Amino acid sequence: MTAVPVSWFLTLSAVLFVLGVCGFLFRRNIITVFMSIELMLNAVNLTFITFSYQLKQVNGHLFAFFVMVVAAAEAAVGLAIILTVFKNRNTLNIDEVNSMKN
Amino acid sequence: MDVILFLVFAIIAVVCAINVVVQNHPISSAISLVGVMGSLAILYLLLGAEFIAAAQVIVYAGAIMVLFVFVIMLLNAGAETRKGRSLMVQAVGVPLAIALLGSLAFFVQRLYPRDMVHFGGFQGGSALAVGRALFTTYLLPFEITSILVLIAIVGAIVLARKELD
Repeated sequence: MTAVPVSWFLTLSAVLFVLGVCGFLFRRNIITVFMSIELMLNAVNLTFITFSYQLKQVNGHLFAFFVMVVAAAEAAVGLAIILTVFKNRNTLNIDEVNSMKN
Repeated sequence: MDVILFLVFAIIAVVCAINVVVQNHPISSAISLVGVMGSLAILYLLLGAEFIAAAQVIVYAGAIMVLFVFVIMLLNAGAETRKGRSLMVQAVGVPLAIALLGSLAFFVQRLYPRDMVHFGGFQGGSALAVGRALFTTYLLPFEITSILVLIAIVGAIVLARKELD
């Protein structure tokens, strides 16, 4: 009883991913929506690492590493976009940023 | 021991993740997200991923979250105003989210019922092994990510710079 089933890790990852989806869909603040995306990426990383353990291969770690790099690049560009949106619209609410809709 | 470690940090991660979603103020969400990332780093250590655990703390909990907190402070982002949320969307959305979670958990339990994780069961996650794979098998993706990061730097500067009149 000292070992943890692999499925627990994958279930935890699923829980975190679904919470990220909920945050992405329910929240209205653009920064919080962005943080929900980071939460989903983290959940996927946990899945990669878990399968890497299960298959006893290092490849999953590399995928998690690349996900991290892409997340960092995405955060930098996304936050710059948020800054620009705030400068032009003076709001962070995604419901009010709808100029392509009308 | 491993079970206790897993349960403690899994519960911390889930509670912090719920906090990310339900908190009204973005700064509270950001601090909770740091909690999620820190506890995930411990779980990576449990899975034998030493390098990724260190990178998780340095890159995610360090760099990315500092960037988030910096932007929240810079924009002086206040609490979210809740308005115009339809009751039907919530009535449908919450059961759908639970259904998604339930189906994911069900298939995970069906597919991987027996495999166990114990600390030290996988030694191939050291910086040596990751670095060796990174600079041999994954050399081309690594070089491409360097170009991606360069593009991200240029893009961020172009987007966030002051307009030159």
